[in-house]
Amino acid sequence: MEIMLSIITGVLYTAGVYLLLRRSLVKLILGIIFLSNATNLLIFISAGMTEGKPAFVAKEGAEQTGQMADPLPQALVLTAIVIGFGIVAFTLALNYKYHKQTGTYDLDQVKETDKV
Amino acid sequence: MITALPILIPLMVVILLLMVGRKVYWLKLIGISGAFLLFLASLLIFYTVRQEGILVSQAGGWPAPYGITLVIDLLSALMLLISSFTAFLVGVYALKGIDEKRHRFRFFLFFHTLMMGVGGAFIAGDIFNMYVWFEVMVMSSFVLITLGSEKQQLEGGIKYVTMNLMGSFLFLAGIGLIYGKTGTLNLADLSMTVRESDQTFLMNSSFILFFMGFGIKAAIFPFFFWLPSSYHTPPVTITALFAALLTKVGVYGMIRFFTLYITDINPFWQNLLLVLAALTMVIGVLTAASQYDIRRILSFHIISQIGYMIMGLGFYSAFALAAALFFMMHNILAKTGAFLVGGLIQEKTGSFQLKSIGGLFKEHPWLGLFFFLPAMALAGVPPLSGFFGKFFLIKGGFEGQHFLTTAIAIWVSIVTMFSMIKIWNEAYWKPAPKDLHQPASHPLRLKRTMIVPVAVLGFSTLLFGLSAGWFMEVLQEAAQVLKQPELYIEAVLKPV
Repeated sequence: MEIMLSIITGVLYTAGVYLLLRRSLVKLILGIIFLSNATNLLIFISAGMTEGKPAFVAKEGAEQTGQMADPLPQALVLTAIVIGFGIVAFTLALNYKYHKQTGTYDLDQVKETDKV
Repeated sequence: MITALPILIPLMVVILLLMVGRKVYWLKLIGISGAFLLFLASLLIFYTVRQEGILVSQAGGWPAPYGITLVIDLLSALMLLISSFTAFLVGVYALKGIDEKRHRFRFFLFFHTLMMGVGGAFIAGDIFNMYVWFEVMVMSSFVLITLGSEKQQLEGGIKYVTMNLMGSFLFLAGIGLIYGKTGTLNLADLSMTVRESDQTFLMNSSFILFFMGFGIKAAIFPFFFWLPSSYHTPPVTITALFAALLTKVGVYGMIRFFTLYITDINPFWQNLLLVLAALTMVIGVLTAASQYDIRRILSFHIISQIGYMIMGLGFYSAFALAAALFFMMHNILAKTGAFLVGGLIQEKTGSFQLKSIGGLFKEHPWLGLFFFLPAMALAGVPPLSGFFGKFFLIKGGFEGQHFLTTAIAIWVSIVTMFSMIKIWNEAYWKPAPKDLHQPASHPLRLKRTMIVPVAVLGFSTLLFGLSAGWFMEVLQEAAQVLKQPELYIEAVLKPV
C-alpha cells in the first residue's frame, strides 16, 4: 500500500509541475490542484500507515487490542484538504475574471505587469 | 487569555463587519476602531511580556506537546506591536486612500483577516498551526491584491497566487516529513527532539523545504520574482500593507526556525544564508536602479532589504540577530511610509511614473519632507533609523569576520541611496514636465486622514533612530531569548 501511494504521490507531483509549466491558465490551476493533493498524500504516507485499525482508543475498561492508527496526520490532511478547496475556489474565480477581462487563457500574454 | 488577543480581536471585528453589510460608514468605523484596539492589545501584550517573560497558553487545556500551543516571547511581542502600529496607520490612510467601491466590497474585512493571519503566525507554537495562519494570511492577501478586479491586478494576482501557493505546498510537505521523522509538531518539543538527537542531518530534508517555503514568502533571491510583478498592481494602500507585513512574516518564520533548530553554527546553513542574502541584496538593488515607476522602485527595494535581514540571521551572533530585528522593525516603518508617500504623489499628480511628474518640492515642501524622512531612512542616513540598523548589522558582520558579505552590504547601501535620490530628483526637484496634469486639472486637496499617517510614519523613523539605544537593549534581550532555546522550551513544556 505504501509503495503504491508513494508512486501515486510522485506521479501527482510530476504531473503538477508539468501542468504548471504549460501555457494555459486552466492547466496552471489543474497543476495547483495536483500539487495540493500530492502534498496531502505525502503527509499521509510519511506519518506512517497502520492498516485496518481505526484511530480510536478502546472504551473504558475494555482492553486495547493491538495498534491503533495515528489520528493526527488524518486531522492534518483533513485541514489541508479544506484549505485546498478554498484555494481552488479562489483560483477558479480568478481565472473566470481574468478571462472575462482579457478574453484569453494564454499565460504568455500575462506579462504586462513585468514591463519596465 | 491575553495571549489569544491578536487572533480574537480581528476575529470579532470580522464578525461585526459581516453583520453591518455594505454600509460604508459603519465598515470604516468598525474597521478602524478594530485596528486601534489591536494596537492597544499589542501594547498590553508587550508590557506583560516585559514584566513576566514568555507567555504561554494551551488551547483547549491539552498539555503542551499534544494541544495547540500559543506562545508569545519578546520577539513575537515586538513583531505584534510594530505590525499592529503600522497596520493601524495604513488603516487610517485607507479611509480615504481606498475608493468607495473597494470599501463596499469590504476592504476592512480582508484587512482584519490578514491581521488575524499575521498575528496568528507570530504567536503560533506549533508548526501546523503556523501553516494554517500563514494560509489565512495569504488567502486574505489574494483577495486584497485582486480587490477591484482591474486587469493589471488580475494579472499580478495570477503570479502572486501561484508563487505563494508553491511556497505553501513546500512548507506543508516539510511539515509532513518532519512529523513522520519525529512524531511531534510542537515547536518547543521538536526543538528538544532535534537537540537530543545525534542524527540531526536527517532533518535537513524538511528544513530545506521550510527554507524554500519561507524564502518564497520572504522574497529572497531565487524566489522573489512574484513580488515586483504583483506589488505595484493594487491601490498603493494595499501595497503598503503588504510591504509592511507579508514578507516580514516570512523572515520571522525563518528566524524562529533557525534559532530553534540549527543550534550550533553549521557551515552549510550559514553559507547558504550568507550567499543568498548577498545575492538578494545586490540583485534587488540593481534592478531597482533601472526602474522608473515609484512603486516598482520601492518593491525591488523590499527585496534588497530582506537580504539585510537574512544576512543578520546568517551572521548568527546574538548581536547580529538583534541588529537584524532592529533592521526589520525599521524597515516596516520606513517602507510603509515611503509607499504611502508614493500614494500621495499619485493623488496629487495622477501618476507613479517618475518621467511624467516633477516640481513637487516647489508646490508642496512638506510632501518633500515626508518623503525625505522614510527615503533617507531606507538609504541609511544618520540619525534616522536605517543608519543604526545598518550600523549594527555591519558591526555584527565585522565581529563575526564576514568581511566580504559586509562589504557587499555597504556597497548596496550606497546604491540604495542612488535610487532614493533618483526619486527625489525626478519627483521633487526636476521642473514639472509640460504635459503634466497640473493641479488645476487635478484640484483634489489631499485629505487630512492621508497626510497624518504619513507624517506619523516619517517621524517615527526619526524617533526610532534617536531612541536606537533603548530599542537595541530590548532587542538584544529578545535575541538572547532566541539564542537560548532552552528558555522557550522550558516555558512551553513545563507542567501546567
